Amino acid sequence: MRVDWSTFWPRIVEATGETLIMVIATLIFGSIIGISLGLLLFVTRENNILENKAVSQVLNILINIIRPIPFIIFLVAISQLTRLVVGTTIGTTAAIFPMTIVASFVVARVVENNLVSIDPGVIEAAQAMGASPLRIIFTVLIPEALGPLILGLTFVSVSLIDFSAVAGTVGGGGLGHIAMTYGYQRFDASVMIVTVVILIVMVQLAQWIGNTISRKVMRR
Amino acid sequence: MIEFKNVSKTFSLGKREVHAVKDVSLSIKKGDIYGIIGFSGAGKSTLLRLVNMLERPTSGSVFIQNVDVSSLSAKELRTQRRNIGMIFQNFNLFNSRTVAGNVAYPLKLAGVSKQEIHERVKELLAFVGLSDKAKDYPDQLSGGQKQRVGIARALASSPEVLICDEATSALDPDTTADILRLLKKVNKELGITILLITHEMHVIQSICDNVAVMEDGEVIESGAVFETFTNPQHPMTQRFIQSIQQDLPSEKLLDEWRSKGGTRLYRVIFKGEIASDPVLSQVTRKHGIDFNIVYGSVREVQERFFGNLLISFEGEPEKIQKVLQELEKIVDIKEVIKDES
Repeated sequence: MRVDWSTFWPRIVEATGETLIMVIATLIFGSIIGISLGLLLFVTRENNILENKAVSQVLNILINIIRPIPFIIFLVAISQLTRLVVGTTIGTTAAIFPMTIVASFVVARVVENNLVSIDPGVIEAAQAMGASPLRIIFTVLIPEALGPLILGLTFVSVSLIDFSAVAGTVGGGGLGHIAMTYGYQRFDASVMIVTVVILIVMVQLAQWIGNTISRKVMRR
Repeated sequence: MIEFKNVSKTFSLGKREVHAVKDVSLSIKKGDIYGIIGFSGAGKSTLLRLVNMLERPTSGSVFIQNVDVSSLSAKELRTQRRNIGMIFQNFNLFNSRTVAGNVAYPLKLAGVSKQEIHERVKELLAFVGLSDKAKDYPDQLSGGQKQRVGIARALASSPEVLICDEATSALDPDTTADILRLLKKVNKELGITILLITHEMHVIQSICDNVAVMEDGEVIESGAVFETFTNPQHPMTQRFIQSIQQDLPSEKLLDEWRSKGGTRLYRVIFKGEIASDPVLSQVTRKHGIDFNIVYGSVREVQERFFGNLLISFEGEPEKIQKVLQELEKIVDIKEVIKDES
């Protein structure tokens, strides 16, 4: 049974909105947690400004446990926790929780990798000027790595669009849900094409925004 | 001003222990430009970082104006560090900040008001000759300009000590000379004590008052630059000095001279005012002897003359002996014998 496009468009618009909310909310929460974790991961490394072997190892192990789990399995695996925190496992809000957890750990690694590329001499210079560790984090580490950091976050948001579609297939709503129920289960290629095109446009847009901002920051 | 008292620093690399600094005691006077020279791996960079506790000593203490910096709390140390400017071989500027932003950074740390920061930055950039580059970013500058920004930034918090970590090693000779002149100006006009490390003897020669030579973590020789230069004791010091002044021709040339039946060669070293008197010609004329300058140079070390000449004499042997005896009283004279290097 084919969908009636004259009445189906509002449904697409609504689903696109849901996807956007999932991605943007996850990006915000995931960035806040992920950047904090990434900074912690970096400054507690050996010989760094707040060297702490215990914190560093615990974080590393945690990230290495969560990251390799395929998202769709992770989503289902922590559904009990999701129910506990959000109250439900169905819908957009319920999808944001597991997405945020995964995004946080991915962002943490991306942030750490970008911070490692900062010349240690620059950090040493700030220390020699009498800057405290917290001061170094906010006035040296973040500004010096900001350009690549934004590109890293762009990369993560593109993955989030992918994650949101996965979440959609198991009750998360959004374009993934539409594509699954109408496009796949009801064999309506037109729905599939429309959702895929919207997803592509979203990815392009996200990449373009990221590139533009990072170029501004890096003055290149 | 700065005093190292039996300072040692040991790093452990896995199971291996590296003794970077071994029982160093040095005293640097206020207003001095003090140079530490050594090949890479001699421990001079570690020694320099002990001054502002970027490295902590394994044993011994470092005093700055009688304050034991190794005993300060983290907070006290941060305040103390504002009194010690530091510049680096690779400049270590903040690429995300403009030239003015880099110079303003230590002032922001010290909690200086915006208006004051603005004025101080302007003043500092004028001092280092970069007033027109305030809004540029570090990647738009040449190496010499970057080091000038580094110097302005290090001076921003009005420190009493400036420590320089191979500050000219990444620069070409012309730019090196510029930066050295600027450092001299910092010392003369602002009265800032400078401690620098380098592997280049000409840096020591051109601006330092005192020098310490380091090898394998130890200070093997130290003293006033002129004395160390004109009368080096340790073979390593002699090597460094040879690196900028070849005081003897090569063995090959000397052999050639000897095989051609050349007369004995004497090495005359004269220092300071004596260089302005016609000593050689006076003494030889008195005894009716001719002299011939075979090789040598007269150069300036620490704003004093330092001459090193290779001379042969022609005339009766007894008279030459008399000339030699007389010259010995005024200058340092030695026969050059084979195998002396």
